[in-house]
Amino acid sequence: MNIEVRNIEKRYGSFTALGDVSHVFESGKLSALLGPSGSGKTTLLRIIAGLENADQGQVLFGCEDASHRHARYRGVGFVFQHYALFRHMTVFENIAFGLRVKARSQRPSRSEIRKKVERLLKLVQLDWLGGRMPSELPGGQRQRVALARALAVEPRLLLLDEPFGALDANVRSELRQWLRRLHDEIHVTSIFVTHDVEEALEVSDQVVVMNAGKIEQSGSPDEVYDHPASPFVYRFLGHANIFQVAGGSSLYVRPHDFDVFGEHFPGAIAAQVLGCRSVGAIGRIDLQPNNGGDPLQVETDKNSMRSMQVVEGKTLYIRPRASKQYTAAAEI
Amino acid sequence: MIRSHPELRRSVQDPAWVRGGAIALVLLFLGLVLFMPLIAVFREALRKGADAYWAALRNPETLDAVRLTLLAALLAVIFNAVFGLMASWAIAKFRFPGRHILISLIDLPFAVSPVVSGLVYVLLFGAQGVLGPWLQAHGFRIIFAVPGIVLATVFVTFPFIARELIPLMEAQGTDEEESAVVLGANGWQTFWRVTLPNIKWGLLYGIILCNARAMGEFGAVSVVSGHIRGQTTTVPLQVEMLYNEYNFVAAFAVASMLAILALITLVLKSVVEWCAKRKGMVAG
Ligand SMILES: Nc1ncnc2c1ncn2[C@@H]1O[C@H](COP(=O)(O)OP(=O)(O)OP(=O)(O)O)[C@@H](O)[C@H]1O
Ligand SMILES: [Mg+2]
Repeated sequence: MNIEVRNIEKRYGSFTALGDVSHVFESGKLSALLGPSGSGKTTLLRIIAGLENADQGQVLFGCEDASHRHARYRGVGFVFQHYALFRHMTVFENIAFGLRVKARSQRPSRSEIRKKVERLLKLVQLDWLGGRMPSELPGGQRQRVALARALAVEPRLLLLDEPFGALDANVRSELRQWLRRLHDEIHVTSIFVTHDVEEALEVSDQVVVMNAGKIEQSGSPDEVYDHPASPFVYRFLGHANIFQVAGGSSLYVRPHDFDVFGEHFPGAIAAQVLGCRSVGAIGRIDLQPNNGGDPLQVETDKNSMRSMQVVEGKTLYIRPRASKQYTAAAEI
Repeated sequence: MIRSHPELRRSVQDPAWVRGGAIALVLLFLGLVLFMPLIAVFREALRKGADAYWAALRNPETLDAVRLTLLAALLAVIFNAVFGLMASWAIAKFRFPGRHILISLIDLPFAVSPVVSGLVYVLLFGAQGVLGPWLQAHGFRIIFAVPGIVLATVFVTFPFIARELIPLMEAQGTDEEESAVVLGANGWQTFWRVTLPNIKWGLLYGIILCNARAMGEFGAVSVVSGHIRGQTTTVPLQVEMLYNEYNFVAAFAVASMLAILALITLVLKSVVEWCAKRKGMVAG
C-alpha cells in the first residue's frame, strides 16, 4: 500500500514548518527522511501518523484519504527517538499493550497474545527479557522492544523517528543493519527519520532529502548521492569543494573525487599543503590553491599520502576526477 | 562527583567543628520549636491519667467533631484529586492561552490567608452575602453549616495535589500517551493504563499532604463554622473551644489526636517518597 502526502502545509504561528510537501512513499519499501535539524522531518512523520494535524493537504493510505482519521484508527506503528516505553510495565506487557486494548470482539485470547508476544520477542532477538522492566535495559534493547511493540498490532505502516538517535556509535550501526535485515524479512512499508547521511544511504531503499520544510530531492541512495539535484543536497550529503567558473556558475567536487600528484601533471592545479592527517585508512589533506581560491579538502588513501611524503608547506598537484556544475541561481 | 574524589572532598568541605556546630544548632532548634511542644501536648493530655484522657476522647461532642473532620477531609481529598488531576493534565500536556494564569490560580490558596478565604465565602454565601438571600429562599444553608466547612477545606487544600502532579507530568511528557493512542488505545484506556500508573506515587503523596492539611485546617473553617457544638465544629475548633473553657486536659487530649495524625502523615510521606524514588517516578 502506497502512502502519499499531498500538498501538506503546517505552520506554527508565522513559522512554516512544512510548505507544500508532496511525496509518494512506495509500498513495501524502507524510505529515509533525511534533513538537517528543524527541516520538518518529525512534523511530517507525526502528520502521517495522525499525531499532528496538517493545516492543509491530504494523507492517503492507498486510495483512502486518511487525513481526518484519528491516530488511533490509522493502523500505524510509531517508534520514538526516546523509546517511549511504558515505564511501569514489563517488556512483555509493553509489547502486548496494543493487543490488550483492542475492542473485545477483535481482541485475541490470552494464550494467543502470549504466543504472539513471544514470537515478536524472538523476532527482535530478546526472547529471554520478557519479564524485565524497560529501565533495566540498555538503549539498544529498549529500542528493539519499542519496535516489537509497534509491530504487535500488525501496522500497515511503520514510522520511526530517529530510532537510533540516542544510541552510541557502535550500537547504532549494528542496529541499523539489523533493521535493514528485519525489513527484508517482514516488508512492511516503513519511513524512518534521520539526520545521519550515512545511516540514510546505508539502510534505505529510498531517500527523501528535506530542507526548511520542503522536499529537495528523492530517489534511491545512489541516485541521490551521485546526482544531487541542488547545491544544498550536494553539501548536505558530504563535504563540497567549490570552484567558481566562467559564466557565474560553480563546480562542486567531493574530496575523494580528486587525483593527487606529487609532481606537475598536465591539467592539474598546484596547491600548497596546509595540513594533513589520516583517519583510519583515509588520508585527508587540506590545501590552498596557488591561484588564490578557497582552501580545499582532498582525500586519498593513506598509503599514497605516505608515499608522496605529504608534509605541511609542500606543493601538490590535483585534478578533479568528477564534478557537478550548478548555476548561480540554483545556489541561492 | 565529589564523593569519588577523597582529596577533593577534603579540600572543599568545611572543618569538622563547623559541620558539627551547624548540625547541633539545627537539632537544638528543632528540639525547641518542634519536639518540646509535641511532648508537652502529650504530657498535658495525660496529666490527669489515662482514664481522663480516654474520657475526653470519647466525649460525644468530640466524636462529632472527629466525624465532621473526617467527612470534610474525605470530600476535600476526592474533590482535589479529581480536579487536581484534570488541572495538571491540562497544564502539563497542553499549551493553551491562559495556561500561566491557571497555574497562578492554583497557587492562590497558598498566597492568601485562610481567614481571608473563609471571609470570602461568608461574603458570597452568608446571609448578607451576594448569593445569601437566594440560597436562603431555596432552603440551602452553606455558612455556619457543613457545606461551608467542606468548601473552605477544599479551597485551602486545593494546591497540594495539583502542585505535586504538574512537574511530574511535565517531566514525563506525552510520548507514552501518544504511543498508547497510536497502538489503538482510547482516551480512557490511555488514562487508566498509562497516565495514572505513571503518576500514582505523586498522586498518593499529594493526597497525604492534602489530607493532613484538610484535617488540621483552622483559620478558614473557623470563619465559616459558627462554632455550633456537635454540628459545625471540627477537631481543631473543638480543641480551641475546650481550651477557652479552661478544660486543658480535654483540649490537649483532642490535640494529641492531631499530633498523632501528623506523625502518621510523616511516616506515610516518607514511605511514599521512598517507594517513588525506588521506582524513579517522582520529579526532582
Ligand atoms: N509544537 C511546535 N510549536 C512551535 N514550533 C514547532 C513545534 N513543533 C515543531 N516546531 C518547529 O518546526 C520546525 C520543524 O520541526 P521538526 O521537529 O519537524 O524538525 P526535525 O526535522 O524533526 O528536526 P530534528 O532533527 O531537530 O528533530 C522546527 O523549527 C521546530 O522549532
Ligand atoms: Mg525530529
